[in-house]
Amino acid sequence: MGDRQRHDQLKVTTRSGPGRMLIAVYGIFALAATARSAVQIATRFEQAPLAYTLSAFAAAVYVVATAALAGVVSRRIAYLACAVELTGVLVVGAASLVFADAFPDATVWSDFGGGYLFIPLVLPALGLLWLRHTGRGQLDRTTTSTQ
Amino acid sequence: MIQVLATALTVVALVAALWSLVLVITDRPITLATKPTLGLAAVVVLLETGLLIQAVLVTVNVLSADRGSLDTPTFFGYLISVTLVLPIGAYWALGDRSRWGAGVLAVTCLSVPAMILRLNQLWETTHG
Repeated sequence: MGDRQRHDQLKVTTRSGPGRMLIAVYGIFALAATARSAVQIATRFEQAPLAYTLSAFAAAVYVVATAALAGVVSRRIAYLACAVELTGVLVVGAASLVFADAFPDATVWSDFGGGYLFIPLVLPALGLLWLRHTGRGQLDRTTTSTQ
Repeated sequence: MIQVLATALTVVALVAALWSLVLVITDRPITLATKPTLGLAAVVVLLETGLLIQAVLVTVNVLSADRGSLDTPTFFGYLISVTLVLPIGAYWALGDRSRWGAGVLAVTCLSVPAMILRLNQLWETTHG
């Protein structure tokens, strides 16, 4: 199997099985966060500029993560998006509790995603684990085929 | 909002989600060739039809009467999203002929009651 084929195979593996369900959850969050953020920025940006800017950023990260996990862009970008997302939910989650005054309106990541059943906190962790799992499977196949 | 319709749609969505979960657990892929998966497809089509009817009726309702302080942009955002999510999710579910295709459908169906809940919350803040 050539490098190119292996690369494509890994993309297919990433969006199959449990990965497909993970991408579905990511897709729903991408859709919801994008719609919500567009409305916030278009109608009342001045009321909570920080929260709404973070909402837009979160929405962009969800869109990129969905696309990358589905194989539209590279797996490296998927890793990056999930890592940024995990950092974001932890930092914004902590900040929303410590500096509550700076967040007059909630973002997806406020209170560690508590407004969304903590799915935003679990999702990037699952994403990273899934990427590691599929990457490892590929590595195993590569090593066995060369032996 | 039309409460009867919203409640009915929530129930149908939960039934479809539960049905999908049973397929995941019993490891039956959505093939559209077996009775359980065809039945599920029928429920999903029924749900989407209901969601489209809701979108039309509620839009007419909002536009024809003064809804005061209703957060109209957010409300329509959810009203449109809830009709889009099911066709996209069903398409994504059918692309994987393993038990996980049904898993995709379960997740998609669960997002429908969540969005209907948000629609109801937005509606009630303006209607006491």
